[in-house]
Amino acid sequence: MKLTLADIKRGQQGVIIDVSSIHIPLKLLEMGCLPGNPVELVQVAPFADPMYLNINGTHLAIRKETAIHILIEISNV
Amino acid sequence: MSKQINVALIGNPNTGKTSVFNSLTGLNQKVGNYPGITVEKKEGICKLPRGVKAHIIDLPGTYSLNASSLDENVVIELLLNKNDKDFPDVAVVVSDVENLKRNLLLYTQIKDLKIPTILVINMSDRMAYKGIQLDIAYLEKELQTKIALVSTRKNKGIDQLKELITNYKELSTEPCLNASEIDKEYFDKLRKAFPNQLLYKLWLVITQDVNFGKIDRNEIDAINSFKTKGKADLKRLQQKETIKRYQFINNTLKKGQTIDLKSAKDLRIKLDRILTHKVWGYLIFAVILLTIFQAIYDWSSVPMDFIDSAFASLSEWTKNVMPEGAFTSLIAEGIIPGLGGIVIFIPQIAFLFLFISVLEETGYMSRVVFLMDRIMRRFGLSGKSVVPLISGTACAIPAIMATRNIESWKERLITILVTPFTTCSARLPVYLIIISLVIPEGRFFGLSYQALTLMLLYLIGFGAAIISAWILNKILKIKSKTFFVVEMPNYKLPLFKNVALTVLEKTKSFVFGAGKIILAISIVLWFLASYGSGDDFNNAEEIITTQFASENLSSEELQQKISSHQLEHSFIGIAGHAIEPAIRPLGYDWKIGIAIVSSFAAREVFVGTLATIYSVGSDEEETIKNRMAGEVNPILGGPLFNFASGISLLLFYAFAMQCMSTLAVVKRETNSWKWPMYQLVIMSAFAYVVALIAYQVLK
Repeated sequence: MKLTLADIKRGQQGVIIDVSSIHIPLKLLEMGCLPGNPVELVQVAPFADPMYLNINGTHLAIRKETAIHILIEISNV
Repeated sequence: MSKQINVALIGNPNTGKTSVFNSLTGLNQKVGNYPGITVEKKEGICKLPRGVKAHIIDLPGTYSLNASSLDENVVIELLLNKNDKDFPDVAVVVSDVENLKRNLLLYTQIKDLKIPTILVINMSDRMAYKGIQLDIAYLEKELQTKIALVSTRKNKGIDQLKELITNYKELSTEPCLNASEIDKEYFDKLRKAFPNQLLYKLWLVITQDVNFGKIDRNEIDAINSFKTKGKADLKRLQQKETIKRYQFINNTLKKGQTIDLKSAKDLRIKLDRILTHKVWGYLIFAVILLTIFQAIYDWSSVPMDFIDSAFASLSEWTKNVMPEGAFTSLIAEGIIPGLGGIVIFIPQIAFLFLFISVLEETGYMSRVVFLMDRIMRRFGLSGKSVVPLISGTACAIPAIMATRNIESWKERLITILVTPFTTCSARLPVYLIIISLVIPEGRFFGLSYQALTLMLLYLIGFGAAIISAWILNKILKIKSKTFFVVEMPNYKLPLFKNVALTVLEKTKSFVFGAGKIILAISIVLWFLASYGSGDDFNNAEEIITTQFASENLSSEELQQKISSHQLEHSFIGIAGHAIEPAIRPLGYDWKIGIAIVSSFAAREVFVGTLATIYSVGSDEEETIKNRMAGEVNPILGGPLFNFASGISLLLFYAFAMQCMSTLAVVKRETNSWKWPMYQLVIMSAFAYVVALIAYQVLK
């Protein structure tokens, strides 16, 4: 099963591997959500949605419905 | 006289672009609108060395030149249109030293337009704190520009920036990377088909679905030698373009920037652990809201009482000093009370905008968006709807404009439709005066009944907004792509200058914008109340004198009777009586009726109208409140403003859509009269029914 950004836990470090889904807005890519960039979960709201992330130094919040389209690898457990 | 240099300030949101603008222009700035749309246009004049002047435009914040909102469109439209009178001689891209990588994306796009560009690296005072070092000479060479290291907080680097602007002709206009490499074949064809156009400009036109100046999309589609690509292919290319640009930026920063993470300190993580916490986060937000309402109620009552009585004495003074006549009466009974009805708002508007701008400046507002998104989504709203709903407590107009960053059209439309339910500052004077008349003084667990009533009215407003959003979410069948991206900026101490300028600007635009309407209506009302036709009006003195001849009235009492008889038969009295049957079941008399009718233009007119109506026909100037307390219900006797009619009025104002300016803004933002008309009819009908029930139950 492929890992997505929606699976990341607090304290884990991830790397983005694919963002080609059409459900990912261009704006998110422009803010640095691109393959190869590191990602980390900073905080989650109740029900784990939205997610407050640190992607390549940019801090932003996205909804779970977008996060499930971003494929990642976990680099440390 | 030499020509002014046109400067455009461009940058991502949260880079302190507006602080740079404020530092350059100080008080020499004005805020208007772009023609035909409600996007705010900020421009100002800056004095440069050697007597040169610069005309500076602060463009809306944007993450890239790929526009996804009206605000961002403004940026592209200006940069692509050489014939625009504001077309920049030089672009100043403002970036934040902590987010340089992301900020440079927009910079590389601007460079592709071959406009002379200066790079401002702002918040440079935080470099040591964050362990950041920059090789400016290297960066200037790679990015083909001049860099100004600026700290608006420490007031550093602004002079250097001014110097760079003055010498803008020396700047390079070469792009810093070749983005067309992402699909060489495609771009070669494009270049051949339009040899006289800038390649990047064509690319923007193709991908944006908008027309710019002389070239438009259809024209490109119409040329046979060139085939544009399908939507999905274009999007893939845009992704490739973004990746390409980031590659260049990463390579440049690898050498030009070193970050020593060990010496970096991060307050953000500590603060966010509490402020966005599942429990503490919400508690803190609730406490902040409570503090704001308490403060507005308590702090502004002192200056408001002062303004109220000052205008009453000013009116009396005018009457005593100026010769008697129609002109004096217009000033003392029409214009001065009308002006008083505007000025009395200033303390509250200023306080509200003070709080809102501090919350925005510190970066806390984004945390509220994060915290509230999930809850708001249940009602068909977005976390971003919280900002409009909170700003709606100041005024629905900026609040509705603040919905623009909501990406989903459905969520945005619902936010626009329900925002007018929140208790705006124009309702506040109506509430305050009626509460002080009908709610007894006294305390409940240390909180005054009056403050609690006010609090309850705010809650009713929010409640109505949320419930109608929920209903609209069920009814409206709109399919729209929903996505949600919010930047969580670093926490910052608010800059006094920025906050002060916002408060000043918003207050000013209220006083002059709404003020004009209020003043005009006051004058019209005075006229309608002072003139009339028919026997009853013209011969009021005779009629009353004969009628009360047998009773031994003092001349003062007699004069009062004459005036009120006259008012009742003036034009306004006739109009008021005509609508009385419709509002009598709500517990109102014809005078309140007039105030309600006139406040369909703007709610805040209510108090001013009553002030004008009551001061016409009274010799002694008293405060508005005392006059209202003395009014007697003509049919039932007893005070007109009693508990039942007071509550009924409060509820009517809580729900009715009484603001022409809001309707106009909703029309502009939704691009149709359909939605504002729905708002007007449904909200007002609902208000009538609720007020009716309240009065009939309580009386």
